[in-house]
Amino acid sequence: MQNSIFGHPAIDCDVHIAVPSTAALMPYLDAYWFDAFRTRGIDRVSFNLTGDPPNTPLAARPDWRPKSGKPGTDLALLRSGALDGFGSSFAIANCLFGGVALHSDDLAAVFCKAVNDWVAEEWLDREPRLRASILVPQQAPDLAVAEIERRAGDRRFVQVSMLAMGTELLGRRGYWPIYEAAVRHGLPIGVHAGGLYHHPTLNGWGSFFLEDYVANAFAFENQVVSLVSEGAFAKFPELKVVLIESGVTWMPPALWRFNKTWRGVRSEVPWVKRTPADIVRQHIRLTTQPFDEPDGVPWLQRFVEQMKSEDMLLFSTDFPHWHFDGTDAFPLSPSSPLARKILCENALATYPRLSESLADSVAGKETASKELSS
Amino acid sequence: MDRHVVAKVEDVPPGGRKLVTVRGRPIAVFNLQGEFFAIGDKCPHESGSLCQGRIVGLAEADLPGEYRLSRQGEFVKCPWHGWEFDIRTGQSWCDPTGTRVRAYDAHVEPGAEIAKGPYVAETFKVTVEDEYVVINL
Amino acid sequence: MSTVTAERKPQAAARQKLTVIDCDIHPGFSTPDEIYPFLPERWREHVKTFGGHYRQAFADTLSHPRMAPEVSRADSWPPKGPPGSDLAFMRAQHLDGNNVEYGMLMPLNRGPGNQRNLGYGAALATAVNDWQIAKWVTPEPRLNASIVVTQEDPEAAIAEIESRADDRRFAQIMLPPRSLEPLGRKRYWPIYEAAVAANRPLALHVGGINGYPATASGYPSYYIEEQHTNVQGMQALVTSLVLEGVFERFPKLKVVLVEGGIAWMPALKWRLDKHYKRLKAEVPHLKRLPSEYIHDHIWLTTQPLDEPDVDSDLAEIFEQVGCDRIMFSTDYPHWDFDDPKFVLGKLALSHEKQQAIFSGNAKALYGLK
Ligand code: FES
Repeated sequence: MQNSIFGHPAIDCDVHIAVPSTAALMPYLDAYWFDAFRTRGIDRVSFNLTGDPPNTPLAARPDWRPKSGKPGTDLALLRSGALDGFGSSFAIANCLFGGVALHSDDLAAVFCKAVNDWVAEEWLDREPRLRASILVPQQAPDLAVAEIERRAGDRRFVQVSMLAMGTELLGRRGYWPIYEAAVRHGLPIGVHAGGLYHHPTLNGWGSFFLEDYVANAFAFENQVVSLVSEGAFAKFPELKVVLIESGVTWMPPALWRFNKTWRGVRSEVPWVKRTPADIVRQHIRLTTQPFDEPDGVPWLQRFVEQMKSEDMLLFSTDFPHWHFDGTDAFPLSPSSPLARKILCENALATYPRLSESLADSVAGKETASKELSS
Repeated sequence: MDRHVVAKVEDVPPGGRKLVTVRGRPIAVFNLQGEFFAIGDKCPHESGSLCQGRIVGLAEADLPGEYRLSRQGEFVKCPWHGWEFDIRTGQSWCDPTGTRVRAYDAHVEPGAEIAKGPYVAETFKVTVEDEYVVINL
Repeated sequence: MSTVTAERKPQAAARQKLTVIDCDIHPGFSTPDEIYPFLPERWREHVKTFGGHYRQAFADTLSHPRMAPEVSRADSWPPKGPPGSDLAFMRAQHLDGNNVEYGMLMPLNRGPGNQRNLGYGAALATAVNDWQIAKWVTPEPRLNASIVVTQEDPEAAIAEIESRADDRRFAQIMLPPRSLEPLGRKRYWPIYEAAVAANRPLALHVGGINGYPATASGYPSYYIEEQHTNVQGMQALVTSLVLEGVFERFPKLKVVLVEGGIAWMPALKWRLDKHYKRLKAEVPHLKRLPSEYIHDHIWLTTQPLDEPDVDSDLAEIFEQVGCDRIMFSTDYPHWDFDDPKFVLGKLALSHEKQQAIFSGNAKALYGLK
């Protein structure tokens, strides 16, 4: 792998690509749905998620906003802004098309299928450094499993994508078939901010987008507690969950609290046999942008100390979202011994399909050079 | 190591417990179906009195949803935050590597024998007919 | 149970020098009908016939069974009645036993703010307020009452606040954070206006039954998860109060967060400040950083004390929150009670800061001598 601008190879574990319009998905529909979309006008609806309006300053850094259309729709900009801009060897793309939040399981599944096929053709085929997450209708685990089975043969899909605010907490047993399939195919579950299937917090509906965005961190915290308490990791010891765009620094205090409560009420969930913090260290990873930290006080080193783990953080830019300016994507000095781990080694350890393609490309180069010399 | 007579056997019936003080240390004595065990009374967490905790069994599970209870009556749950301790060993179940309460050797000796000793037997109303719970400390 | 407790007491008393103000004590009914004499005839008959009516499945318990009867310490049961219901026992075990100089009553009894029938809720709030004075504060002046109000009926809440405003035995105004809408929203502002006029802080103790599942992804299965959502309730509450501009509109309003713990606050401040800077255009009514409003207007109580593996991490959190904004609490007689000696031992802070947390901050906030 080439060095990034940070002096080490880098893997960007969260960039965003967006379906420009629902109409773009029409070529990926079967006859029934093609007709239904056209006659019902579904192809004219944006399905933008209410928590994620495309014109807010957060949705795109000014220099990462395309001249026209939604942020994340321009491959050239993704190349110049993210891949070449930081010199990343790979970037994992998340395409969070809002149609997944529909109440009809079938329609949500049709959207997922169309989006995944569109991503493969329009992005992965055109940019070899790009990898993607399989979008699934998480509210319908049987259909989600079917979509994983359908797409998992394409090794450029490296994880399964779910949302932090879903219909149910992610630890619940109804989701376990999804995890079984993910583990079987060597795919981590990437839980991304967003969703808003219902009220953003337990106190009900607030007023502001800012409020909803901040509340995503609370939703992630609930998901971590759910995954551990329900025993998802006891059931699937190989399961890895990546928290994407979570804000990160809420985690250590959350675990102090979770450990404390567990010590007292352990017998309610006796399959949780180690402290929650231990389990989280083993199974959960977090992407680094946005990184909520005190003004002017870099906090990443403290986070690592408090978590007692150097393995948990995965470099991300969250392109094109606006969390930082210029090349300040990496909240740590590149000379730190942690830099290499966070920039690429942790990602390789988390995503089996990335290390596999790296091995393939090394093997490919070796074969090529042997052929040349013979 | 001195021997301390801390209770009459009949004071601590099977399933019962008694708080005693030996050399200024509060100690909780438990009777598990005729066998006596003694552990430091102060919970290593916030010092709740273990002697006042509920007696429970050991809840375990290999997989989610597969509950089983064993060793009924052999654990005490701290009355405050519910940490569980193995009455036989003082071992904490919520943090087995880091936490335990001290376990003391407690056993029953015939009263006549103790009355002969030079130790603390005189502070108790020793009657030679009874059996006594003795702690070595 | 043949436990001899007498042997322990002198030891505990001898080592105990610390004097504390406890900002979270739960008084209990000795029997469920203890409140009846405090209710007018109309509502007494109502409660006998219909009972409470809530936005949840069960009439007489929360939806996640707790891990201990009455959510209480196993050693807090008086000779008769449930934990927290017997003043003499509470005095011996807690007020005297832990050198409590003043205690703030946090009555959760029958949850007036959770009642769907607003008339009943308001009558219940008045009854609980009278009951606090009669049963607790009159015989034990170390205890301070809270003005319990029904937040979903601001008119009734304001009447209740105004009728108690001259009675200094009421130290603060109490309502549940899990209300029908986030508490920053305008429907609740008349209550805040009355609180400022009465010169009382708002005490927001975790809980409330608003009909919303405890997470943005629905109900959790287990108590261990539901208990953790107390933290998210506080995070969302702070977010709402700040972003709606409550503190811009009511610069004298003071808010005490009770039983939410503390350690989550610094990361929330960083998150709010960071994203506020980006999305300012949506909340132009704010004139300062969210963290500045938080520091000027919000106090937190210590229990349940966050327990990092390293004590210095806790001190760091306290400093980040501000040691002038943290007040000691025990949650007596509930199971997650914190012992003052334990808390003191965990706080690697200067003596002055410890003093402030154990009593100075509460004295200043509540105007106690
Ligand atoms: S004091 Fe025993 S569990 Fe906390």
